[in-house]
Amino acid sequence: MNHLAFPTVSLRCLPVWRRNLRVWRKLSGPALIGNFGEPLLYLLALGYGLGSFIGNVSGLPYIVFLASGIVCTSAMNTASFEGLYSAYTRMAIQNTWGGMLATPLSIDDIVLGEILWAGTKSLISAVPILLVAAALGAVHDGYVLGVLPVVFIIGVCFGAMALVVTALAKSYDFFIYYFTLVITPLFLVSGVFFPLSGMPDAVRIGAQLLPLAHAVDVVRPLMTGQPLPSLTLLYLLVPLLYAAGAFWLATTLLRRRLIS
Amino acid sequence: MLCDSQMQPERVVDARGLTKRYGAQTVVDNVDLSIRRGECFGLLGPNGAGKTTTLRMLMGATPPSAGELNVLGFPIPQQARQMHQRLGVVPQQDNLDPDFTVMENLVTYASYFGLRGAALSQRIAELLTFANLDAKAHAGIGALSGGMKRRLTLARSLINDPDVLILDEPTTGLDPQARQLIWQRLRTLLAQGKSLILTTHYMEEAERLCDRLVIIDKGRILVCGSPAELVQQHIEPHVVEIHGRGMDEWFNVVGQQWVQRSEYAGETLFCYLSDERLLLNALCERPELHFTHRRANLEDVFLKLTGKELRE
Ligand SMILES: Nc1ncnc2c1ncn2[C@@H]1O[C@H](COP(=O)(O)OP(=O)(O)OP(=O)(O)O)[C@@H](O)[C@H]1O
Ligand SMILES: [Mg+2]
Repeated sequence: MNHLAFPTVSLRCLPVWRRNLRVWRKLSGPALIGNFGEPLLYLLALGYGLGSFIGNVSGLPYIVFLASGIVCTSAMNTASFEGLYSAYTRMAIQNTWGGMLATPLSIDDIVLGEILWAGTKSLISAVPILLVAAALGAVHDGYVLGVLPVVFIIGVCFGAMALVVTALAKSYDFFIYYFTLVITPLFLVSGVFFPLSGMPDAVRIGAQLLPLAHAVDVVRPLMTGQPLPSLTLLYLLVPLLYAAGAFWLATTLLRRRLIS
Repeated sequence: MLCDSQMQPERVVDARGLTKRYGAQTVVDNVDLSIRRGECFGLLGPNGAGKTTTLRMLMGATPPSAGELNVLGFPIPQQARQMHQRLGVVPQQDNLDPDFTVMENLVTYASYFGLRGAALSQRIAELLTFANLDAKAHAGIGALSGGMKRRLTLARSLINDPDVLILDEPTTGLDPQARQLIWQRLRTLLAQGKSLILTTHYMEEAERLCDRLVIIDKGRILVCGSPAELVQQHIEPHVVEIHGRGMDEWFNVVGQQWVQRSEYAGETLFCYLSDERLLLNALCERPELHFTHRRANLEDVFLKLTGKELRE
């Protein structure tokens, strides 16, 4: 068997996605509040607290500027959490994937189902934040629905990346490193709290190679009604490329781990 | 060694030279298996013998390091997906979905086979009855006893109406009543024409259920045959177990002469013999010696072939 082959994309991933949805529906209450409670606190505390000192940023009231960053961050964190802790539980603790592998489902189907689920979780986490931001007047209508596909792409991208880490993990402890070394720095240099224009060139250019900054660059005009960057689709290609690469790598690593 | 069926009815498993290595350790060593449609085939062996690994190769969960393998006519692992449509698995470790009820577990597992709709509801109702779980349909997994979980896992493995069922220690950890119920259900499945491949540490279970079995140790097949054949071929027909003060001395001077083979297990002496009468007469005159006499069974064969010491 060739572990390195690019994974097959098949509709068989849907039962995997649906299983996770079914679990989420059962446990949705507490999970939902956990999901958007924290980003909402950030939005309110920083948006008003810090915003009253800062005034306008990039021509926007700070809370308006921040809201789009928080939506993207929440999508990233939710998907990462899903692809790390929850997926690891299904893989190593509950052996859910082992059960699936005794049926016509393959590792490719499982990984794709999990990635799509991470994207879905990101959507679920973003919608309440968008609603609150809208209620606070931090959203300019018009294109705001366009935020949703971008949020889904962020979820797919970070869900896939998290699965790579999960495929290598020996225990939950491993994930702290990923958050500290990858997710947190990434979100600090992606224009969530402040525009990148003030950063040194090296950081700015480096951030352009990372998946989150581009998503923020697209989500912010969609939420504020500013003109979209001319290369919007190209911008979204970056997180999509990360997603595809991580999909392949996660599948390869899991084939090695689970079928040996 | 070859474990082959004499006639050649349709085979559900055909393995030649099946081998699995983990690093330098050979866990399954050049195993040949040929399992007929409709039979119950047992894999027996001490802990770590390679039973689970063998089953995992059969179900395409791990590729053999060497050898050729066909299950239900499909080359494995190449066509494992097609084979899985017609295979049911009861794994050694339960992997039921703890967040779901009994019913949700069945519905979800069915979805992995693409099953849904009215036919599925009908099938689930039948399986709940089959597994004696009607009353528990909406109970969470945490509310089930070990026996109920095992029965649910069995029901789940039947969701796709498989031709072949792989059961890795289906009754380990169950009380005698729960075990009897599983045996009865497995016999029903055999009567329906399904083929069963099971491992067990209970010799009685193997003796009752299996048409044929292999005893494996250190990844190698030691013997193959029906339980009755194995008992007949590999062991004296009578066993007398003796313990008590002064036994050693008495045995060395008197008892030994009537016994073909004897062996200590802890402080009990196992005597194997073809004619038990003289030994029993002599024992009746020694009230301080406690003894039981019985016919030899599969457990005696197992212990003779794999030794009486602890393995791991
Ligand atoms: N993934 C693995 N990597 C390395 N060694 C393994 C792996 N799986 C099994 N083994 C080793 O292979 C040997 C056989 O294991 P296996 O689980 O097949 O035994 P078993 O006969 O099922 O035992 P038990 O009766 O305890 O279930 C053991 O020594 C085990 O440690
Ligand atoms: Mg085992």
